[in-house]
Amino acid sequence: MVGFTRGFSGRGRSGRDPRLPPGQYDAGRSWPVLTAEATPKLDTAAWTFTVEGLVQTPSTWTWEEIRALPGSDYEGDIHCVTTWSKLGMTFRGVSLDVLLDAAVPLPAATHVMAYTHTGYTTNLPLADVTGGQAWVAWEAEGKSLPTEHGGPARLLVPHLYFWKSAKWVAGLRLLDHDEPGFWEQNGYHDRGDPWLEQRYQGD
Amino acid sequence: MTDQTPVKAAAPGPWSQATVVAVRRETATAKTFRLRLSNPSLHLAGQHYVIRLTAPDGYTASRSYSVASAPDGSPEIEITVERLPDGEVSSFLHDEVVAGDELEVRGPIGGWFVWSGHSPALLIGGGSGVVPLMAMLRLARSTGNSVLVRLVISVRNPADLYYANELPGPETTIIYTRQGDPSDVRQPGHLSVNDLPTVPADATAYICGSSPFADAATDLTIGIGIPTQRIRIERFGPTG
Repeated sequence: MVGFTRGFSGRGRSGRDPRLPPGQYDAGRSWPVLTAEATPKLDTAAWTFTVEGLVQTPSTWTWEEIRALPGSDYEGDIHCVTTWSKLGMTFRGVSLDVLLDAAVPLPAATHVMAYTHTGYTTNLPLADVTGGQAWVAWEAEGKSLPTEHGGPARLLVPHLYFWKSAKWVAGLRLLDHDEPGFWEQNGYHDRGDPWLEQRYQGD
Repeated sequence: MTDQTPVKAAAPGPWSQATVVAVRRETATAKTFRLRLSNPSLHLAGQHYVIRLTAPDGYTASRSYSVASAPDGSPEIEITVERLPDGEVSSFLHDEVVAGDELEVRGPIGGWFVWSGHSPALLIGGGSGVVPLMAMLRLARSTGNSVLVRLVISVRNPADLYYANELPGPETTIIYTRQGDPSDVRQPGHLSVNDLPTVPADATAYICGSSPFADAATDLTIGIGIPTQRIRIERFGPTG
């Protein structure tokens, strides 16, 4: 659009943090909870994470097994499509590279559908969850991940809008095509790069 | 969630202009803005629009606001905005925007927290969480389907109630948490299971409010026998 909003000058952007993608604001110390469903009560004794679909070795890890894998950290920012960002966070978990290397994606695999213990789904290009860009995370800010933020473990794909980082994640299904997950069927973007403002389908 | 298919909602179109045709005060901290859309699109009850403000140097700030009006084929919609103490967008809308102003909007958005208008629904709102539920109540009333909905709204006191002249009715229950109406037999206090109306066994619950409110209301809703698969929640965080 051309033109601007009468009377609007905005505030505080002279010192706007360069870590903020366009259209985002810094949520500061708060970490808003945005979930469309009831917060589940998941017992780690029954928790599993599965990699299946177009892989050589469909694989499932229990809570104890996944925690025994070599962990790694993410230190950086997260960006929610509802326009808040949270800067300088720390997460700990296991890189999806470790899990995918164990299952061995078939050459035809191009996308993944992440699914959760609550039935939520979100789709991602395989290239966005490999190469040290994605984790199954069980700690945030040095503490066990709170249930309302997806505990005991959530997907963490911090370079994409945060709805891709599915709470209460249960597994990945590797596909040879892209298909829309829960929010994506509702008009949200299939990839969701915050730096390109890929908020909705067609952006 | 798996056994529920979201209402199929088209992707929102591009940004378009809307003209503010009226501004109405709801409470000391809330105003309703009536917008005439240049590119009208029939919304579903529960959907929201994004409003984007642009400064002369190109800086933008945008926030999502639920539509309060029922889908009625009109090219106008209403949004109700709570003025948040640090809200860059909400304070601008409250302090600067008057009838005749142009705003940039995008929507309608959302396919999960929406009511089709044809199935039993229990609507539970906390404070400003009433806004998307009001669209559902208005839809029910305007289509002669009031029997399908029960709305429970929790507010601190009578002065905090949005749509105070319109909302009360046989389908609605108003809960005061701090200070009630003098004629009220119920003592002020948090929403409890006794405040929830009887609803059909196949009702879907729509809960909207702050995260603590949504969690408490969800537990109560499960307590009256609505399974988690039929509970839809919209939360708003402490920022905005």
